Amino acid sequence: MSRIAVLGIGHGKFGRRSDATVQELAFEAFRDALQDAGLERKDLDATVIGSVPEYHKQRSLAGVVQEYLNLNPIPTWLTEVACASGSAAVRTAWMGIKSGLHDVVAVIGCQKMTELATAEILALMGRVGEVQWESIFGTTFPGYYALFAQAHMHAFGTTRQQLAQVAVKNHYYGARNPNALFQKEITVEKALESEPVASPLNVYDCCANADGAACVILASEKRAKSAARKKPLVWLDGVGCATASMSVLRRPNLHSLPSASDAAQQAYRMAEVAPRDIQVAEVHDCFSIAEIMAYEDLGFCEKGQGGRYIEDRKSWIGGGGVPVNVDGGLKAKGHPIGATGVSMACEIVKQLRGDSGARQVPNARVGLTHNVGGIGQYTFVHVYKRD
Amino acid sequence: MFAWFGKVNFSPYTKVAEFADHLKDGHLKGSRCRKCGYTTFPPRADCPECMSGEFEFKEFSGRGKLHTYTRIAAAPSGFEDEVPYTIGVVDLEEAGRLLAWFGPTVAESDIRIGMDLQVVPRIFEESERIKVYYTLDKPGTTWGKT
Ligand SMILES: [Zn+2]
Repeated sequence: MSRIAVLGIGHGKFGRRSDATVQELAFEAFRDALQDAGLERKDLDATVIGSVPEYHKQRSLAGVVQEYLNLNPIPTWLTEVACASGSAAVRTAWMGIKSGLHDVVAVIGCQKMTELATAEILALMGRVGEVQWESIFGTTFPGYYALFAQAHMHAFGTTRQQLAQVAVKNHYYGARNPNALFQKEITVEKALESEPVASPLNVYDCCANADGAACVILASEKRAKSAARKKPLVWLDGVGCATASMSVLRRPNLHSLPSASDAAQQAYRMAEVAPRDIQVAEVHDCFSIAEIMAYEDLGFCEKGQGGRYIEDRKSWIGGGGVPVNVDGGLKAKGHPIGATGVSMACEIVKQLRGDSGARQVPNARVGLTHNVGGIGQYTFVHVYKRD
Repeated sequence: MFAWFGKVNFSPYTKVAEFADHLKDGHLKGSRCRKCGYTTFPPRADCPECMSGEFEFKEFSGRGKLHTYTRIAAAPSGFEDEVPYTIGVVDLEEAGRLLAWFGPTVAESDIRIGMDLQVVPRIFEESERIKVYYTLDKPGTTWGKT
């Protein structure tokens, strides 16, 4: 079976980017990725844009990005699955190359969120729950994950302290990532004392909305092997994707994301690896509880042991488990929803190349991304390997 | 008139629009497939099991157990004047689940996962237009208007 390689990565600064339009953000990441890959625009066959359109005034975002990158007339299209839109774009590019239609595809995740008022964003995000029977009660995105957190605490004895420890770890690593929105360490006490958002989640249990863009350039095995390059090749060897009900009223339980465990199984099988082979992971920590569920859904620990996993520092570098979100995660990096999945891919490639500096996981050769759309309606799990 | 359902309604047109009329009259209705008998809440017109489009409304007791809950402090637009409010998800006795606010009969400090609750149909009193919803209350709570 032929493989798909990552030839280049590019990552802009995440945060409140009042200095730039969404296509200007896309340009920064794209230019870096092209340079990193040692390619020129004429080498590209297509682009795929990951973004959530409701946040932008511009309709049909792919068109304006393609024009600003001066890539007409090559094909482009948009993928949308809420907060997993970036990984859907990666998967779509992978499929396009795998099919033999394209050889080199640029994947650009980009999003501007900070132009909307917070209450408007809360309303918009809350509507990723089912609007006919749930949103009419003022559900919010943190509110949904809070329902999971409460159920997880009840079923497995997970504590507020353990939730806070996720935030502490991710802020610690965010402080070592120049592209992160928050670059300050925090304490468990500070997290526990922060403003309540939706019990049991406080402000420090929640990631921040942000603007940002990231880009990866994927290529066929043949094209990758013939390209001149300075960096070791990283391969996207396993792709998994699964769905679960839109409504929390139709889920088997409210303390795990079945789409995540299903997607993980697919990706592990395709890449011929097991959870114990993963040496570094980027998981979707939109809320602290989401990272704890991810440890379990990905098989890094037994179901129900996610709280213990962070308490025992297993997900820190050198902690004896799988280092998770050592770039700060969504929590400290910020979460420009369409860019997040692509940002995760950038960090894993960086780690597998050995380029992560102060937050490098020693000798990492197998890495994973776990990108959740909405409240687990969609999950994409991707496994990357270095030669 | 499904537009009656909810403080803010996002989906006024649906095949199960009569649900709101029943709720206004004090009845909580789920759906039952006429072909295979699949019963669920929230009601749905099209059967997810056998794909039949023939359904009937089925009276639900409104009895259920609390599955999980959260107290919302940061509200979305349209709900700012309600905060803080507590949302619960209940497993209904007959089938399915329901999400709603807690009513006045349950004190915040008494909320426990697994507790027995009664779903109670309600009308927004302060609104000039008809707006119906339901709350989670103590077992035995009845709706005053029926
Ligand atoms: Zn049926």
